[in-house]
Amino acid sequence: MSVLNTAPPRAAAKPGSATWRLIKAESKLSIRDKMALLWGVGIPLVVLIILGSIPSLRKPNEDTGGLTTFDVYVPVLILFNLAILAVTALPTTLAGYRENGVLQRMRTTPIGPARVLTAQLVANFAIALVAMILFLAVAGLGFGVDLPQHLFGFAVAWLLAAAALLAIGLLLTARVPGRSVASAMGMVLFFPMMFFAGLWVPISEMPAVLQNISRYTPLGAGMRAFQDAYLGHFPSVLPLLTLAVYAVGCSIIAVRWFRWE
Amino acid sequence: MPPVIEVRNLHKRYADKVAVDDVSLTVQEGEILGILGPNGAGKTTTVECIEGLRTPDRGEIKVLGLDPLRDRAELTRRLGVQLQAGQLPERLQVAEALELYSSFYPRPADWRGLMHDLGLTDKAKTRYAKLSGGQKQRLSIALALVGNPRVAILDELTTGLDPQARRDTWDLIEGVRSRGVTIVLVTHFMEEAERLCDRLALIDAGRVVMVDTPAGLTERARIGQRIQFRPSRPLDDSLLTSLPDVSGVTRRGELVVVSGNDNALNAVTTVLARNQIVAERLRVEQASLEDAFVRLTGKRLDPH
Repeated sequence: MSVLNTAPPRAAAKPGSATWRLIKAESKLSIRDKMALLWGVGIPLVVLIILGSIPSLRKPNEDTGGLTTFDVYVPVLILFNLAILAVTALPTTLAGYRENGVLQRMRTTPIGPARVLTAQLVANFAIALVAMILFLAVAGLGFGVDLPQHLFGFAVAWLLAAAALLAIGLLLTARVPGRSVASAMGMVLFFPMMFFAGLWVPISEMPAVLQNISRYTPLGAGMRAFQDAYLGHFPSVLPLLTLAVYAVGCSIIAVRWFRWE
Repeated sequence: MPPVIEVRNLHKRYADKVAVDDVSLTVQEGEILGILGPNGAGKTTTVECIEGLRTPDRGEIKVLGLDPLRDRAELTRRLGVQLQAGQLPERLQVAEALELYSSFYPRPADWRGLMHDLGLTDKAKTRYAKLSGGQKQRLSIALALVGNPRVAILDELTTGLDPQARRDTWDLIEGVRSRGVTIVLVTHFMEEAERLCDRLALIDAGRVVMVDTPAGLTERARIGQRIQFRPSRPLDDSLLTSLPDVSGVTRRGELVVVSGNDNALNAVTTVLARNQIVAERLRVEQASLEDAFVRLTGKRLDPH
């Protein structure tokens, strides 16, 4: 074996280049995680296509201000995607990193483990963004669903929903002992959250009590904000505030409680 | 010249037990210091404190003049670390890991050269989860060196490697040392310690038992030679035990085993000749570091 070669010293590493590479690497790893892509993107996309092909779901509905049932399902599936990525894929990956010593190994480098967290958050955010645009495009081009009338309002609602869900995922990651517990707890959170977003029963058809609870769940609030944007208004304050409280509150607790090893 | 690593009166306890009781060490520039000791002796905790991964309860540590906890950012740029349980994401490929880690450091080594030196080039596109234990180990050595560190701490360097890969890794480490890199090596392997280390620190029950060169340790343990033979006719042990160069005589079946200093063989053969006894199946063993270790700590290293 030869003596080690040293690369010619780089003048100075470009600031942020390591972070950027880390984000690229984590994105690649997330895309290689076939289960997360299947559940987070593949399944909601197939459901979207199936629902779009059922004619009875495409008749305007009085309860939702003239939107068809299918119109309402497009944002539900966008939230489905966000929730899978944020509360199952993200915690499972990061808890696995902690369990396998990936975070500990990063502590011995100049980069530190916090940036692995950031890179995972950015990677999942980016995948969710691409998926959201894909869903809107398929619904629009394939089935003639109009884009949300208030596009800016929709963007704000989506960003807040993404922030709230990623923060919830991070909080879940902060304390779980390992990968298997993370994925089990993610699923336990996922189903009630999706229920209150109207995945099985549209919110407008829920009894009043459930509608009220739904208002204060992250995905219920997300749905309300989305519907406002679809009907052409900037989302009302309550759902946006609810999402912001989840985002900020969960992030603060997650950062304070985070177990690195 | 100030030492590269200086540890003074390190003490670290976990909830239920004292891991490191009182450890003091210095490592000079360009040397390889081996840390040797049985499982649970406190070797890994000691190096984890030096790396800044654990907060000591008492004591002082300086690495390249830096405090491992306060000066973390600066230290991580100059210190290469191989962790015992160092792991990577399962789906990350070998070349991706090396390229990624090299981007963390201001003046990295050539990661392709390292990948070649560690025999990983044909595994460049293999995912971490698909590597064998030995390949993972070699990758973790490569990652410890990819930042072109001034100091490297290698925990269980060649555990899990086959004999050929182990010797190749030793060659690599000697190459790294010849560039002036200071190395701390935590090891179980006597052969590795004898081959690579300039000095050895023997740690047992959280304390440094002794620091010396490998040869010095063997000498201090005062076990020079072991002579084994079958006497051609019955032999009275007292003939041998009375010799000043002989420290012990034991019987193993029909064999007599004599231990003593470097002159013992001469003394024993002279006595046997004088009594017209022929030493059949004569065998002489030089004391190894392993024997020295057992003698000095009263414990065996874990069998590998």
